[in-house]
Amino acid sequence: MTGHAILAEGLRKHYRGRGPVLDGLDLAVPAGTVHGLLGPNGAGKTTTVRILTTLLRPDGGRATVAGRDVTTDRAGVRARIGVVGQYAAVDDVLTGRQNLDMYARLHHLRARAARQRASELLELFGLTAAADRSVGHYSGGMRRRLDLAVSMVRSPHVLFLDEPTTGLDPRSRIAVWDAVRDLARAGTTVLLTTQYLEEADRLCDRITVVDGGRVAAAGSPAELKDRAGATHLDDVFLDLTGRPTLTGALR
Amino acid sequence: MTTAITTATTTTPQPHRDRPLERARWVVADTWVVARRHLLRLVRRPDELLGTLLVPVMAVVMFGFVFGDALGIAMGVPSADYREFLLPGLFALTMAFGIGTTTIAVASDVRGGVLDRMQTLPMAPVAVLAGRVLADVLTAVVELGLLMGLGSLVGWQWHGGAGAVAGAVGLLLLLRLMFSSVGILLGLLVSGPEAAMKYFALVFPLALVADTVVPTALMPAWLSGIAAWNPLSITVTSTRELFGNPTATPTSWVVEHASALAAGLPILLTSLCVALALLRFRRSVR
Repeated sequence: MTGHAILAEGLRKHYRGRGPVLDGLDLAVPAGTVHGLLGPNGAGKTTTVRILTTLLRPDGGRATVAGRDVTTDRAGVRARIGVVGQYAAVDDVLTGRQNLDMYARLHHLRARAARQRASELLELFGLTAAADRSVGHYSGGMRRRLDLAVSMVRSPHVLFLDEPTTGLDPRSRIAVWDAVRDLARAGTTVLLTTQYLEEADRLCDRITVVDGGRVAAAGSPAELKDRAGATHLDDVFLDLTGRPTLTGALR
Repeated sequence: MTTAITTATTTTPQPHRDRPLERARWVVADTWVVARRHLLRLVRRPDELLGTLLVPVMAVVMFGFVFGDALGIAMGVPSADYREFLLPGLFALTMAFGIGTTTIAVASDVRGGVLDRMQTLPMAPVAVLAGRVLADVLTAVVELGLLMGLGSLVGWQWHGGAGAVAGAVGLLLLLRLMFSSVGILLGLLVSGPEAAMKYFALVFPLALVADTVVPTALMPAWLSGIAAWNPLSITVTSTRELFGNPTATPTSWVVEHASALAAGLPILLTSLCVALALLRFRRSVR
């Protein structure tokens, strides 16, 4: 797969009574890169991810993921993506292994292959020791890693992460970053949304800053900083959206 | 690490979308995987099942022994006979109360993003619902087994043959099937599990304005008219007959056709709810 893993042109979406959430959003993510969607709450990040993952139909515009159209070939897209939503969509009562086994089988692996894949992924995400414990007893970071592991069952071409480290303590955050970096190194294209500039700065090859459902700026973290003459992405963010970030305001 | 990711690609078969038979096979397989998840939860947390059984067990004690004498006198029968009358009512009541478990579980899955994730999988959407229903019905088999055991301890027994008993159990499971599908629909519609818990109180009139615990003959006429048409009453009347337990229902058109209605009504309502739930499920992709 060469070229663009994600290509979106003029995406529009509005909810009744709320006005436009997406107002002509363009996005191009080269294959094999980590791309960040950065923006304040309500900027349209989650809506973009939901459209690209076939969970929401756009009112206008078009998008392809892994070369498949998100509205006309939803099954084709679904077979090629992994999704990690804002909540860890894993079963608290079941063990990590049981969760992975279930999702592997729902990905239509045979029973034996599913068990094997579950063990591989537990190993890969450093969860082997906790494999047979109830997920309810996992730390936030472990849950997120399990969530990542679930989304990797089928080795997707494109992985969507919606605010993957929200609510995590700094150590867990770094563990999740490491896991994402490893996946990217292995060739997975990653699109992640985040409110944390540090996360975008440290993890992403390129960043699209979204505000009011439009692209406010796009480029590599270094380019964005250069352009704004800033040393810190916080200042770029303030410059573009007129809003200071939490970390920026505290500095 | 790289190797683990790449080798897995080769072991991943592509789903066969085009062939109907293959597709049907996957629907069945997916349904079982989803059902298995719910059953594994129960195995890991048996106290949840015991919690569900607490209501009928308390009801056996409260109605069977505390109010039993009074109700027996009102019916003009000894309280032991009242308990024979009571137990099939409580079986059905337990099936009805299962709606709470279903609704809360589905609402939690919606909230937790589990349904979103399942929608992005190459699995059949109907399997998500069917798996829940299957798990509910299988759980109901265990619940009924335990309750019938408890019933026999307080003097309840069946007097019919094996076929009749199987028929009675079948009707009760059909009732659970119906409440399961209603619960799924409600779980998809409510704003969250908290709301589902608040609405749960609505089950009480449904469960008690019926021929379950208090004989409808002892209710005011207008109430017994409503109770007669309650699906619970219809199932209970049929199961009492099949178990060979005493009934205390005045004859009416509904009672005369109870067996047919007890089988037909749940199937009809289940189909309706499953269709609506599927529509709602698919519509969440707006």
